[in-house]
Amino acid sequence: MRLTCPLCGERDRREFYYYGAEDYLHRPSEGAPLAEWDSYLHLRDNPAGVTKDLWYHEAGCSQWLLVTRNTVTHEISSVEMVAGRKA
Amino acid sequence: MPELIAKSALEGRSLTLGGVTLAEVDVGPITSIALLPGGAKAVAKGLKPLGLSMPEPNSFAEKKGARIVWTGRDQAFLTGADCPDMEGAAVTDQSDGWAVLALSGAAAVDVLARWVPVDVRLAAFPVGRALRTQLNHMNVILLRSGDYAFEIMVFRSMARTAWHELEAATHMVAARAGVKI
Repeated sequence: MRLTCPLCGERDRREFYYYGAEDYLHRPSEGAPLAEWDSYLHLRDNPAGVTKDLWYHEAGCSQWLLVTRNTVTHEISSVEMVAGRKA
Repeated sequence: MPELIAKSALEGRSLTLGGVTLAEVDVGPITSIALLPGGAKAVAKGLKPLGLSMPEPNSFAEKKGARIVWTGRDQAFLTGADCPDMEGAAVTDQSDGWAVLALSGAAAVDVLARWVPVDVRLAAFPVGRALRTQLNHMNVILLRSGDYAFEIMVFRSMARTAWHELEAATHMVAARAGVKI
């Protein structure tokens, strides 16, 4: 598996660290109901198909990356930097 | 204050084998320049006296012995010159934190290929490029300083391990070249 880092270019999977679902980018605001926190912390989809998750380019530019990939075909359709991205 | 003598991580050792030379080099002071938000203009002004500017990703530039190396998003290392005073960036001295190894020779590319998970052949990694990648499991900054020459910046604490890995690979490449098929 290879990811195309927006800064470093195409790199081997061993340079990256997998963090988890994109959900971590959507932290509930202060005072959000418990159900939202529960969902944010514990509830994850497990799609057969397109999924988005966070990867860290730890052996490269040290950027967090938002990766869109397909769990069925293993196709990686986009890799974006989390920094500077519009929420 | 007593005069302290700076010592390099590997005491400047070198090794030549099978047309490959591995040597520790002294690149002078190393300063990290990390842009603060909106600081690009001030940093460009600060670097002007050296004739340098913040490098594009995956590249480095040299001028009169000073070198600026891309090391990350909005971050670069200035080596070989004292960093001018500047606004707009977090500037930190990294000189003691790194060891720099020079690897050169026709087979240097084969030695690196044993440890580095990127294509380091000249066509894919031309002179003037600088990458952040791995040497085995150690994070390094890898520079293409010449057609047959590389420089490898590694955390000082890992200098001996890096040396060991490169030395072993150099032996393997030399041994392989010696085997007639």
